[in-house]
Amino acid sequence: MTPLLQVRQLSKHFGSVTAVKSVSFDVPKGMCLGLLGPNGAGKTTTVEILEGISKPDSGEILYKGEALGKQFRDQAGIMFQSTALQEFITVAETLQLFSQLYSHTTPVSELIKSCSLHEFLDRDTRKLSGGQRQRLLLAIALINDPEIIFLDEPTTGLDPQARRNFWALIRSIKARNKTIIMTTHYMEEAYELCDEIIIMDHGEIIAQGTPKSLLARHYNDVILQLPLPGNLPDFTHTTGFQVQQQDTLLELRSSDVNSTLNQLLALGMSLDGLRIRERTLDDLFLELTGKEMRS
Amino acid sequence: MNWRRFLAVLVARNKEFLRDRAALSWNIMFPVLIVIGFAFAFSGGDNTEYKVGVVASDHNADNPFMQLNYIQFIPVDNPSLAQTKVSRHQLDMLIDLNNNRYWINDSSAKGYFLERLLNSSAHNRYSREMLTGPQIRYVDWLIPGVLGMNMMFSALYGVGYVIVRYRKNGVLKRLKATPLNALEFLSAQLASRLWLILAVVTIIYVGTNFFVNFIMHGNYLHLLAVFALGAFSMICLGLVVAARLRSEELADGMLNLATWPMMFLSGVWFSLDGLHPWVQKLGQVFPLTHITTAARAIMLDGASLGDVAGHLAILAVMSLIFLLLGAFLFRWE
Repeated sequence: MTPLLQVRQLSKHFGSVTAVKSVSFDVPKGMCLGLLGPNGAGKTTTVEILEGISKPDSGEILYKGEALGKQFRDQAGIMFQSTALQEFITVAETLQLFSQLYSHTTPVSELIKSCSLHEFLDRDTRKLSGGQRQRLLLAIALINDPEIIFLDEPTTGLDPQARRNFWALIRSIKARNKTIIMTTHYMEEAYELCDEIIIMDHGEIIAQGTPKSLLARHYNDVILQLPLPGNLPDFTHTTGFQVQQQDTLLELRSSDVNSTLNQLLALGMSLDGLRIRERTLDDLFLELTGKEMRS
Repeated sequence: MNWRRFLAVLVARNKEFLRDRAALSWNIMFPVLIVIGFAFAFSGGDNTEYKVGVVASDHNADNPFMQLNYIQFIPVDNPSLAQTKVSRHQLDMLIDLNNNRYWINDSSAKGYFLERLLNSSAHNRYSREMLTGPQIRYVDWLIPGVLGMNMMFSALYGVGYVIVRYRKNGVLKRLKATPLNALEFLSAQLASRLWLILAVVTIIYVGTNFFVNFIMHGNYLHLLAVFALGAFSMICLGLVVAARLRSEELADGMLNLATWPMMFLSGVWFSLDGLHPWVQKLGQVFPLTHITTAARAIMLDGASLGDVAGHLAILAVMSLIFLLLGAFLFRWE
């Protein structure tokens, strides 16, 4: 079966800066694809080209096997990173406005229910909280009953509670077999929501796969953390793990926990305060891009 | 052109305008305050000098009437214009020494005194011609200009500035992502602002007229037509300013650059007649000059649309140029 969206050799320059360099991927119907990358990696540029908002310098995008045309605007659901809404009109009127711009629409009452907008339906759009605002913007993205939905950093700036509420909304959209392409800064979000992730840096794809397969492919070890002891033992004769000294922590990367712990005990180290954690997308991200995600 | 989308944007824009109470009340109160303020400022202190227009050839300059003090004698080239001025109390008397005739206004006290002086001092008998007409106050002369100026600000800032703000804060980008096209968006902005300007101008006119009672010799529909075309041309000029800019500060600067010369060189506050010919020519470039002149001709002289067709034609051409330029240059981002 043809993937819903096919992206071939997409490139885009801004002056001398290459924002997107020869990017290709497929998005099958019903998938939630996450685009990750540090600021300036080319995520938003890529998404805006897919949305039809900006034009690529070269490359091709096929939607249902055909080149993107003007009618795509009628079919795609779009939520930008930051969007101001017209002022002095209420949430209900904003929905009304957007529903009249599309030829095929979801009933507004359904959107109000699915995005929980009923509490602030008559509120001026200027007076919405961050979470309410994002829910309204999501409702607008869903207003034309799209098969494919683009979400550009939908939860940036939300508090943890609002973020988790928003995740529930996205899961309910996924449950209706919609295709979602989202960018995010939050590894946890990508891990929770995305079926597949693409990590970008400097306009190029540097890793792609399901979150679990990416971790499995790059890591076969776990991380052991210990409080930094007063006298650092001599690690020159140990095997099977690497040691890294953080501010107040000793970090050990080990693929065999048993052997590592035995060696530590043999060196006479106390295991008080020992923590063991699995590798996360955060680690992978830092390793691949060499940058702090949240910076 | 999809009318459903056009209407949706139009309705949303109207609501935004009407609900921005602070801006709306300022939009209405500002011109009302100006007009009422000037009506009071110029209501009392008529200057005490007598003004007589004189049609004469050189040899009757020794006429004893002409030797009187405290009367300003003004040579007249165009007697029919001078008669109009008498009927408007802008001249107290017009005297034709060649044909021994004079004109005064039957409701002018100064005319009455001048007539007595003339009859007691002159050698000849003069035949008397009566003119009628109410006094034209400064405020009567001012109101067409103030209404035009209000339209100018409302159109340029309400369309020009607002579209730049929409572009900067992302409203335009979100709309671009819908099937809405630029023609639908721009014409909805234009239509919304046009009817709102005409409604506000009507409210200001009716409201101030209640206090000041303007002279209106022409047809109200003709006046409305002049204002409609004038507002249209100003909105189109606003579209040109709004076509590309992303910075509200730069837009503000450009709008100032457009509005300030118009405010002072379009004959809103004072007549351009006495100014340097170069300045008068410059004034013809501004749409506000043509709006003000045409509206004034209708209100004060009872002119018809046919009489001011020249100004209307210029406004129409300007509108067309601005509209094409604005539409051609327009970018969502």
